[in-house]
Amino acid sequence: MSAMSVMSVVATLLQVVAVLVGAPLVVGGMRQVRARLEGRAGGGVGQPWRDLRKQLRKQQITPLGTTVVFALAPAVVAGTTLLIAAILPLISLGSPLDPAADLFGVVGLLFLGTVALTLAGLDTGTAFGGMGSSREITIAALVEPTILLAVFALSVPGQSANLAAIVAAAADNPGQLVSPGSLLAFVALAIVIIAETGRLPVDNPSTHLELTMIHEAMVLEYAGPRLALVEWASAMRLTVLLGLMANLFLPWGIAGADPSPLGILIGFVVISLKILVLAGALAAGEVFIAKLRYFRVPELLAGSFLLALLAVTASYFFATPTN
Amino acid sequence: MTTALHEFPTVPTPGQTLRAARRARVHAVLSGGLTAALGTVGVALGLSVIFGGPRELRVGWLLPLVGVQLNLDALGGLFVAVTGAVSAAVGIYTVGYARREHLARFPLTVLPLFVAAMMLVPAAGSVTTFLLTWELMAAASLVLVLSEHHRAEVRSAGVFYAVMTQLGFAAILLALVLLSAAGGGDSFDTISASSGDIPSGTRTAIFLLTLLGFGSKAGLLPLHAWLPRAHPEAPSPVSALMSAAMVNMGIYGIIRFDLDILGQGHPSPHWWGLTLMIFGAVSAVFGVLQASVATDLKRLLAYSTTENMGLITLALGAAALLSSYGAMAVAALAMTAALLLILSHAAFKTLAFLAAGSVLAATGLRDLDKLGGLARRMPGTTVMFGIAALGASGLPLGAGFVGEWLLLQSLIHSPHDDTTLLMLVMPLSVGAVALTTGLGIAAMVKAFGVGFLARPRSAAAEAAREAPASMLTGMGLAAAACTVSAVAPVLFGPLLERVLTALPTLGGEAAGPMLGAYLRLPGVTGSIAPGLIAVALVVAVLLALALARWGGRHRPAAVQAPLWACGADSLSPRMQYTATSFAEPLQRVFDNVLRPETDVEVTHYAESQYLVEKVTYRTLQADPVEQRLYTPVVRAVTAWAQYVRRAHPGSVHLYLAYGAIGLLVVLVVAR
Amino acid sequence: MSWTSKIRRVGRMAEPATPTPTNPANTVEPPTGVTGSLQLRHVDCGSCNGCELEIAGAFSAVYDAEQFGVRVVASPRHADGLIATGVVTRNMHQPLLNTLNSIPQPRVVIAVGDCAVDGGAFAGGYAVVGSVADVIPVDVRVPGCPPSPAEIIAALRTVTGR
Repeated sequence: MSAMSVMSVVATLLQVVAVLVGAPLVVGGMRQVRARLEGRAGGGVGQPWRDLRKQLRKQQITPLGTTVVFALAPAVVAGTTLLIAAILPLISLGSPLDPAADLFGVVGLLFLGTVALTLAGLDTGTAFGGMGSSREITIAALVEPTILLAVFALSVPGQSANLAAIVAAAADNPGQLVSPGSLLAFVALAIVIIAETGRLPVDNPSTHLELTMIHEAMVLEYAGPRLALVEWASAMRLTVLLGLMANLFLPWGIAGADPSPLGILIGFVVISLKILVLAGALAAGEVFIAKLRYFRVPELLAGSFLLALLAVTASYFFATPTN
Repeated sequence: MTTALHEFPTVPTPGQTLRAARRARVHAVLSGGLTAALGTVGVALGLSVIFGGPRELRVGWLLPLVGVQLNLDALGGLFVAVTGAVSAAVGIYTVGYARREHLARFPLTVLPLFVAAMMLVPAAGSVTTFLLTWELMAAASLVLVLSEHHRAEVRSAGVFYAVMTQLGFAAILLALVLLSAAGGGDSFDTISASSGDIPSGTRTAIFLLTLLGFGSKAGLLPLHAWLPRAHPEAPSPVSALMSAAMVNMGIYGIIRFDLDILGQGHPSPHWWGLTLMIFGAVSAVFGVLQASVATDLKRLLAYSTTENMGLITLALGAAALLSSYGAMAVAALAMTAALLLILSHAAFKTLAFLAAGSVLAATGLRDLDKLGGLARRMPGTTVMFGIAALGASGLPLGAGFVGEWLLLQSLIHSPHDDTTLLMLVMPLSVGAVALTTGLGIAAMVKAFGVGFLARPRSAAAEAAREAPASMLTGMGLAAAACTVSAVAPVLFGPLLERVLTALPTLGGEAAGPMLGAYLRLPGVTGSIAPGLIAVALVVAVLLALALARWGGRHRPAAVQAPLWACGADSLSPRMQYTATSFAEPLQRVFDNVLRPETDVEVTHYAESQYLVEKVTYRTLQADPVEQRLYTPVVRAVTAWAQYVRRAHPGSVHLYLAYGAIGLLVVLVVAR
Repeated sequence: MSWTSKIRRVGRMAEPATPTPTNPANTVEPPTGVTGSLQLRHVDCGSCNGCELEIAGAFSAVYDAEQFGVRVVASPRHADGLIATGVVTRNMHQPLLNTLNSIPQPRVVIAVGDCAVDGGAFAGGYAVVGSVADVIPVDVRVPGCPPSPAEIIAALRTVTGR
């Protein structure tokens, strides 16, 4: 490894650490925005961190009859998310792992985490675990077409599905970002992220009623450190996906492939701001909507699929000639 | 299972039982060993042909007039090697399986024959030889499907399979006769050399007929119906061979005749590639939809075969379409995707059927609704099925991932400057592939999560015990192949490159993708490193586990506790989600396509209509294509046969008259 | 009136918080030692639902117990504490024990309302096993029939320490 890429390794490590530390704060911030808009005082931005620290000090309970799938699933979800955090161009473009996985690979890793958790839900052998798994996997199956088509649409301008190439192409040619294709892809991807991270109107993360749960129903049996890992991972997933969204459609302020320390600092501040703004907007939007009935969700996803399809076609037909 | 009882209707003496057991063991070892040995020879032969150049063998005396001509080139070598590898794993597995499931002597004898026939198909160098070996393969497989012929479902599946496979053969026969007549010869070399002169009408007819014949062998829609019937009813090693190796022969036929031989003369028209893509996409989506709602483990796997053959056909079609537009580099990418998908599908489908077989042998069950809890009782088999399911779901670290990734890359990198057709077809294909992957994940999560995890849903599943070592070894071989294609497809790199070079019509001259530690695509920016992802993921998971240890010294000791039953004392295993309930949302979402028959019956107490005594819910998921397409056709044929039957009143005089008239007609026509 | 203008006009509904309880005599050490985080699983052992209404009030926008780090969760596995209301009836005796045993250690038990604290009006009834304290060890008692949301919150804050 040459001396040049040392800084990009530093930037990647910083990305991972920042996601680890910052993700609970993002969730705390979102809850706080919601609380204030609803006239409540709210638990404060640091509440998820307090909850995490507390869960990490609690007893670990392994339900009788569960297998290693149940025990390892939280680590797999967290691991895939950490790996995604290392691959994405959040702070700088030159992640050493960028050539190892393109956007298709990232989507695959995301689904690997989802699958691990659905298997854990089934592994408990409870009615609610199975119910949550069944719902989660149905949504995941229907999200996949949209997400891959959105990737397709995004890969057209840069002629590559590798993230650094997509982001660099968008930064070089910002006019592309307001093209119909890009805007449609933005909306499609936003719906997908909402569905994949279990936010309203697809899933209500703060429900107490098991029968209305999707994501929460799968993790009802987790306690203590494993629960902490699950919640940490789900916060990280949200953060990472918001960061991806931010840099795909607002590709500015990202340090280059061979960043300077100042570039890394600027990149860190800029991505943090972008994520906070997006998260705040998402939380504010959630105040105005209610959860969709489960069997209306496929309609929403079919709509997003159509948008993504239009995005690809539009990006073909309106593509600026590159040569 | 009761075949052994059939052979000994009287109560056998202890000596007889012992002798019978010894004989059964010898049969199992002989048959399995021979199959595995043939498989190993096949792998060696295939590899030697791919790397060492084509081989020829002509046996003039074996067939009257034309003789048998064997001509193995790189493309055929690949299919022989894949068949051989599958057979090697299946052979070892059969040693244990035959004894546990009491396979009779006859199917055990036919098994190596079937393998030999399958390996001869890609080696055939002339039309006659090809037809002969093809029919040999079909007949052998039919005999094997009928192994447990005393069960009615097996017989029904056998009839279905026999009719469809013979209809497919008829189509192939017609196509190859046309090809041979138009190409002016029997051997493939002769035909290839003159294939440019074949008139376009004949070419079209040959293409459509071969698509019909080979498509039915590959299980493409709407000719897939034999697959979900025959595969579940055949003994599992046979299912594995059929699903992982025999269906490939359909793909081989399409490549050989439509893309290779007919492509030699001039490039195929656009609509050929398009047709292949449409058939592929429809088969993939329909197959995976059926798999995602299936509750029979082996039926699910059979539909997954239709799905994967659909994806492979889609890739073939993309390669043909792109090369017809002159985009040779991307066409080569699509072709590589097809070949890699064939390899990975063979690996994970072998493993999946073998694991399903060991579940069947241990529990006697294929119904996922009654399985569960096998992870604790059969840990080895569970790990094997897990590897197979991961491969089938197309997720990273799974065998199918790299192939699907290449396919997607070839679709998104197709040229779109001025070809409206490509601009429309490619996004829709990506959508179809993506929907297939998404639903494939759901199907495999269901198969693994409901079938192997959780708690047993029946006494039979409760009493399951692990498969014997030979079965695990056979599965281990297939699992190793899965792992290689998941994390180190680089090992297949040189192999695929040689095969691709042998297919000049599909961009063979253009550089294929470089399958190094990083897979890099030629001409476009795009790379992936499955091995590196695997290592990085392991590191990340370890990091996550380390994070979970934080605060550990404040923590009370970990405990095991009964499940949270919402305050009640315990949860009965019947309260778990079953495969049916797991798939119910998907079934509802795709109601229009799947057309399930659901029936809710509410019985009230006689005293009051407001009090419900019981609610019965019944759901049946049949194959809608079969019901809508096959049933009317079968009914029409039956009606017609009734009509024709009137010509057979049983009078010998009349029959003699038929004979005389027939002879006269022949004489007049022949003159 | 649109939602946005309503949000603007209403502003903050939650009452300003009173100072954090610091008197060690009245406070309970947070079960894990981490202050400001308490997740509760609620069990109605046989309540008249008066206490439920008040608990719901405590988590409403006006009282907003969440600002002190308290949340009600669905699964006892996620909880640090049991919040029990009502007198323990025979039918709810075993479910109460099952719920408590499903909560990972360390944990607290909070009895809300007179019935839960000492049996209240139902003490000695034929269908009654006893108060919550008769059945399981109770750490925090909130007397009152029913206790007001402010009283419930004050008691919860002695546990969260916030």
